[in-house]
Amino acid sequence: MSDLSDLYQQVILDHNRSPRNFRTVPGANRSAEGYNPLCGDRISLQARVDGDVITDVGFQGSGCAISKAAASLMTAAVHGKTTAEADALFRSFHGMLTGGVDGPADPQALGKLAAFAGVRAFPARVKCANLSWHTLRAALENRAEPVTTESPSD
Amino acid sequence: MLDTAQIRPDFPILARRENGHRLVYLDNAATSQKPRRVLDAIGHYYSSHNANVHRGAYTLAVEATEAYEAARTTVARFVNAWAREGVVFTRGTTESINLVAASWGRTHVAAGDTVVVTAMDHHSNIVPWQILCQEKRATLRMVEITEDGRVDLSDYGRALDAKPKIVAFPYVSNSLGTVNPAAQLAKLAHAAGAVVVVDGAQSTPHLRVDVQALDCDFYALSGHKMLAPMGSGALIAKPALLEAMPPYHGGGEMIERVWDDHATWNKIPHKFEGGTPNVEAAIGLAAAIAYLEELGMDRVAGHEQALARTAIERLRRIEGVTVYGPRDHRAGVVPFTYGDIHPHDLATILDRDGVCIRAGHHCTQPLMRRLGVAATARASFYVYNDVDDIDALVTALRKAGELFGVPA
Repeated sequence: MSDLSDLYQQVILDHNRSPRNFRTVPGANRSAEGYNPLCGDRISLQARVDGDVITDVGFQGSGCAISKAAASLMTAAVHGKTTAEADALFRSFHGMLTGGVDGPADPQALGKLAAFAGVRAFPARVKCANLSWHTLRAALENRAEPVTTESPSD
Repeated sequence: MLDTAQIRPDFPILARRENGHRLVYLDNAATSQKPRRVLDAIGHYYSSHNANVHRGAYTLAVEATEAYEAARTTVARFVNAWAREGVVFTRGTTESINLVAASWGRTHVAAGDTVVVTAMDHHSNIVPWQILCQEKRATLRMVEITEDGRVDLSDYGRALDAKPKIVAFPYVSNSLGTVNPAAQLAKLAHAAGAVVVVDGAQSTPHLRVDVQALDCDFYALSGHKMLAPMGSGALIAKPALLEAMPPYHGGGEMIERVWDDHATWNKIPHKFEGGTPNVEAAIGLAAAIAYLEELGMDRVAGHEQALARTAIERLRRIEGVTVYGPRDHRAGVVPFTYGDIHPHDLATILDRDGVCIRAGHHCTQPLMRRLGVAATARASFYVYNDVDDIDALVTALRKAGELFGVPA
């Protein structure tokens, strides 16, 4: 049985209480809305991409500790990365949460994001951890439609 | 109070352990657990009487039809329906309301007309009316609620000034636990010339319901929230209204004669029961009603209200907890928030101790906007819950508070 402290690690509780990059992005040229229709959680994400580098990224919205901490840690992780690097990170993160086709992630590459490994034992909460990442992907692809956790991609 | 030591063994699922804890099931407003008697009734139907109803000329089919129609009589008696022909079996409250919207609504609502709902309605009593109003270019008017979670009667009066064709409201709110003055609301709506649709999903399992005393026109109920199987439910209606309404689903069973290019309709209620009905659901519902009637609906209501009062009192003693809904006239539904802990996190943490609560918008997004919250946690009680369950809820909440440092 998985323990609650595996899910709610200190780093997650900390980012929930004081989310980083919880703001709008000046000069943003990418944005997307993410929404979980089952629980009403909502994230609004903005980014500035210069060339293929994410030079700034921020989010706003409301959600549970997992979704808020995931968004916060994501913005910290992809800041300064190329869009291709961010995408690779997303696949790695997603693989860690679901054990899907991408297999287990390299914990080294994930850094602090490895704190979310415990989410895998709580299937009902995987969507919470993924919402901000799906939203980032939509923003980078400049998709107009809001992202929902109920889209078939998940 | 009910004797839960007697009742609990009737529910096999309550013997289940969750992470080493006894199962504390407090999500009864979402769905109820099923007693052995209901499970056995369904099993017995399939092992002894299964056949398609209203068709066969052989013994089995006659038995299946008799059991199905006896269930209709049971439901009619349970809510004091106008007539057993005024009981249409459906998949539940949602289908019942959609039936009224699609049949009575599409016939009677025209461009410029008004349909009235309340801000505490479940999506199932909002969205079918939105669809109808969009199709007919009619106006959907949502009546506001008071700060303590009751229907705002002055706004209700203003809404009735528009002489709406339909007024729909919940007898009991699934999100707030408010017991609405349904008979009074129906009387006012009738005086304004409207047809009255009552969402009975949260009242039928928990109160003694008398639709004739309410004097509504349509009353929708779900079986699965009252110990019966999922997919069971009914629309209770005044027979004269059903007689005049066009069918909802075309198919077998609902016809009288079929020609190449047209058909004539069966008598009510069969006119609204196209296709093979969910016979096991009707039989399970009748078994659930028999179980509830033995307990006595007044005692059921008293038991849940006592539990809700105790829970509210205990929750309010936890610093940081806010309980929503009115002080009085409430059913066994207790919505709350705890500091800034998101209800989903609460639900996950409580689940570790075997405590099942609901977290989210409870299919009442317009209400959540008015409460100014994205979500609430909700504990809701039924016949098998007892004070031990409240103890478990409070203990688990204190753990959540410690983990999240609330109050900080």
